[in-house]
Amino acid sequence: MPDQTKVVDKQGLERILTRISHEILEKNKGSENLVLMGMRTRGEFLAVRISKIIKQIDKAELPLGILDVTLYRDDFRTSLKQPMVSVSNITFDINGKDVILIDDVLYTGRTVRSALNALMDFGRPSSIQLSILVDRGHRELPIRADYVGKNIPTSTNQEVKVKMEEIDGEDGIYLIDLNKK
Amino acid sequence: MPLSSRHLLGLQNVPKEDIQLILETANTFREVLERPIKKVPTLQGKTIVNLFYENSTRTRISFELAEKRLSSDTINFSLSTSSVKKGESLKDTIKNIEAMKIDMIIIRHAAAGTPLYLTKICNANIINAGDGIHEHPTQALLDMYSLRERFGKLDGLKVCIVGDISHSRVALSNIFGLKTMGAKVSVCGPSTMIPRFIEKLGIDVIYDIDKAIKENDVLNVLRIQLERNAGGLFPSLREYAKYFGITRERLDKHNKDITILHPGPINRGVEISSEVADGGNQIILHQVTNGVAVRMAVLYLLGTLN
Repeated sequence: MPDQTKVVDKQGLERILTRISHEILEKNKGSENLVLMGMRTRGEFLAVRISKIIKQIDKAELPLGILDVTLYRDDFRTSLKQPMVSVSNITFDINGKDVILIDDVLYTGRTVRSALNALMDFGRPSSIQLSILVDRGHRELPIRADYVGKNIPTSTNQEVKVKMEEIDGEDGIYLIDLNKK
Repeated sequence: MPLSSRHLLGLQNVPKEDIQLILETANTFREVLERPIKKVPTLQGKTIVNLFYENSTRTRISFELAEKRLSSDTINFSLSTSSVKKGESLKDTIKNIEAMKIDMIIIRHAAAGTPLYLTKICNANIINAGDGIHEHPTQALLDMYSLRERFGKLDGLKVCIVGDISHSRVALSNIFGLKTMGAKVSVCGPSTMIPRFIEKLGIDVIYDIDKAIKENDVLNVLRIQLERNAGGLFPSLREYAKYFGITRERLDKHNKDITILHPGPINRGVEISSEVADGGNQIILHQVTNGVAVRMAVLYLLGTLN
């Protein structure tokens, strides 16, 4: 078993998501033009949770889309494992909307780059804002998040694992040391 | 889980997992085809050659669109304007094209086994787009995708392939693929068009079209291939139409909801009447739309294999 430390528990995760939801509404002065876009896999569930919280605060039901960015990745030529693609599900028009892009961990920024390209193929949003649960540093591209749940300084041989009840059976954020096996 | 082979030569001996992976992946590309911008950058920088030694409308356009929608560079080769007319051999043609640094070859050829031969003389990924009377795997895959879309599953589905079985690469690929996926497959046609020993593939042979309609969920109606001398195998087109043509009256007689597939091009009034070809039972144009998605899936899975 690799060494793993729980950094955020279930209550902590809830508080973070509540704060982010408030920040989103504050920055955009309400929810009028907003759409939520969860990035597969965990961003999708985070987006669902944020939409529920926003509904409680603002009584608004925001359009929610799911984005799969596999086809836009830049590591096909270098990675040995072939990624499994799945379907994006965006049933509304994103033209002129303020899109809140939601993912669990921000690391190199390459996934977000793919997501930006993918979104542009669906339309021309008025703005795209990035909401992230954990920023672990080590950016390789000039990308930053608008809403950050928690900054966790890491080294490259550590891994941040976000667990969500919907697929992992529990809520929490773990820091995993890959060296100690 | 990547595919188990770096070529797609046919569906014979292709494991179930591979077929499932292709059909699942095709779902993603069906979604891409519904977008305002129907293009993804996945195969950027890859060069794909469409080498068609035989005529084709659907398959060639479908492959070309699939390639372009994955952002690969596409070269089209057609027999009539090439140096094959000056007598250049297949081997020399392939060697020269390969020397121009290409990644993948889509080949259609009148001789069975040509795609396999290509895998032995060059390094590109090879996709069979029809080799003589042997196999046409992407057609069978898109047929299976369309049936899965319609019925939700292939396992246990009763499919009868009707027509010129002995000259049909579509039939053979469908038989291999559908059998692997657990469907119950039969063939129907005049005895002159049913190859000997075909039942050894584990399928039923039916000589009566009414029986075929009665016993199956799906008819995959094949084209009578006059270019392969099919005309000599029955007295006249009219007689074929009378005994094996799928007409409204014939379907009405059985009063059941049967799904009709046709790989195209259609000989209207021969193997299928116009009424049926444009009617409510057929999913012929769905097959064509799905064809692009299925080919994108195959290109993606082979093209991103390292």
